[in-house]
Amino acid sequence: MALYSEKVMDHFRNPRNVGTMENADGVGEVGNAKCGDIMKIYLRIEQDVITDVKFETFGCGSAIASSSMATEMIKGKPISEALELTNKAVTEALGGLPAHKLHCSVLAEEAVRAAILDYYKRNHIPYNEEEFKQCKCAHCEEHA
Amino acid sequence: MFVYADNAATTKMRPSALECYVNTAKSFYGNASSLHGEGQRAKELLTDSREKIASALNCSAREIIFTSGGSEADNQAIYSAATLGKRKGKTKIVSTAIEHHAVLHALDKLKRDGFEIELLPVDERGIVSVADANNAITPDTCLVSVMLANNEIGTLQPVAEIGAICKERGVLFHTDAVQAVGHIPVDVKQLGCDYLALSAHKFGGPKGTGALFVRTGAPLSPIIEGGAQERGKRAGTEDLPAVAAMAAALTEAVATMNEATQKTLALREKLIQGLQKIPHSSLNGDREKRLAGNVSFCFEGVEGEALLLYLDDFGVCASSGSACTSGSLDPSHVLLAIGRKHEVAHGSLRLTLNENNTEAEIDYLIKTVSEVVEKVRSMSCLWRDLTQGKRKFIFE
Repeated sequence: MALYSEKVMDHFRNPRNVGTMENADGVGEVGNAKCGDIMKIYLRIEQDVITDVKFETFGCGSAIASSSMATEMIKGKPISEALELTNKAVTEALGGLPAHKLHCSVLAEEAVRAAILDYYKRNHIPYNEEEFKQCKCAHCEEHA
Repeated sequence: MFVYADNAATTKMRPSALECYVNTAKSFYGNASSLHGEGQRAKELLTDSREKIASALNCSAREIIFTSGGSEADNQAIYSAATLGKRKGKTKIVSTAIEHHAVLHALDKLKRDGFEIELLPVDERGIVSVADANNAITPDTCLVSVMLANNEIGTLQPVAEIGAICKERGVLFHTDAVQAVGHIPVDVKQLGCDYLALSAHKFGGPKGTGALFVRTGAPLSPIIEGGAQERGKRAGTEDLPAVAAMAAALTEAVATMNEATQKTLALREKLIQGLQKIPHSSLNGDREKRLAGNVSFCFEGVEGEALLLYLDDFGVCASSGSACTSGSLDPSHVLLAIGRKHEVAHGSLRLTLNENNTEAEIDYLIKTVSEVVEKVRSMSCLWRDLTQGKRKFIFE
C-alpha cells in the first residue's frame, strides 16, 4: 500500500519487541482509547542502560510501526541517550510518515519518556521536571 | 486468495457495461448537441439511455438529469430546494445524522449561509423515526433529505413513509439512493420523492457518472453553468460512453436483482454468523433491515486501520470507519450516531459483498478476519487491560 513507506510496513508487519514484560523496571503508557491510540512501553534497566524493551500498542499501522521503531532505537542504549530520542528521529528512521500520522511518532517519543519517568519515580531518582512535561497535542485535547 | 469485499466503496464494472462503454467510446464519438449525423446518433443513444434509467426508476425520461455522480446529484437536489426555499423565506432543512458527506457537507454550507439544519437522530439499529421526521417539519421547512440505504451499516430507512408525510405537509423530499439503486427495488412513485440521487459505479457501472431524478414541477437550478445540455440544468458535453454503460449496468442489475439478492443474502448470513463467533464483537446496524451485501462489525480492543492493512496483506479488500481511515480525529459519524463509543468505533470493519463473491471466499474471510483480529489484539495494550479486568468490556 502506497500510504506508507516500505520501512513502516516492515515494522508494522514484523513488529520488533512486541509483547509484555514481567517485573519491568519502568512502564509508560500514553494516548487514550477515545482517540484510537494507546502506546505502552516496558523497560528493563540495568546500571542506567536499557537492556530490554517491549511494547504494546492499540492503534493504526503507523502507531504500531512507530512503537516498534522507537523500541529498536533505544534498546541497549543508556537512559541519557533514550531521553534524546525525538519523534523526528523516529519518523526519519521510518522513512517518513504521512502528515496526519506524525502524532504517532510523537506518541512513541512520549511513551519512552513516560517509561523512563516511571523508572525514576520508582527508584526515587531525582529528575528535572521541566524535561518531562507532557506534550499537549490537539488530538487528545479535543477528547479531554 | 484475493477477495474483493468493498463493493459499497465501488464495484467492478459488469462485463456488459464495460463492453457497452468501449463500444460507445469507439462508435459514438459525436457530440450529442451537434446537428450532423454523428451527433444525432449520439443524441439517440443518450435518449435511449435516459429512457432505460427512467424505466428502472419508474419515472419519465425527462425527469432524469445526468451528473458526474452521486455527490453532484445530492448537491444539486439540495441546493435547488434551498434556492427556492430562500426565495420563499423557508430556510429550514431536515435530514439525518447518518447521511453521506455529499449531503452533510452541502447542508453545512447552507448552514453557514443562514439555513437552519436539523439532523434527526437514529436508534441503535441505525434507523430514523418517521414520527421524528414529522415533528421536525415546520412551516418554514423547504426540504427533507433522508437516505434510502446507509453506506456504512447498510440500514434501510423508512423513506416511503417519510415521503408520504412530506407530500402531505407540502415539503420537498430528497433521497440519496446511491447505495440502494441496482440493489433493492427503487420506484420513485412508491417512495414519493421529489429528488433521488444515484451513482453508476455502485451497481457495476463506470465511475464518475450518475443521475438525479427530479420530479416534474420540482425546482431545479444548475450548479454547473455553460451549455444547454440536460435541458439547461447541467452544462457540459454528456459523457456518452459512461451514460450508456450506466444504463446497461442498471438494466442488468434490475433484471437480475432477485437472483443476485438471494445469493448475496446467503453469503451475508454466513459471514455474519462466522464473524459473530469472534469474542467481544458486535454487528452494526439492523439485523434484518439492511442491504443484502452489507456486513459491518466493531471489534473491541483493535483499531480499524491496522485490521485493513493486515487484511490487505492477505488479499482482502475491506474498509473501516476508524478515525485513522476517515482522516479525522473522530471515528465515523454513523457509528457514533448509533451509539457506538469512540473506543469500539475505532475498531470497525465493513465488508460489502455482491453476487460475484463465493462461498469459498466467505470461508476465507471468516478465517482471515478472525486471525487478523486476534493478531492485532495480541499486540494491543487496550486488549490486555480488557482481558485482565482493568477496563470493562463494552461488548460482553
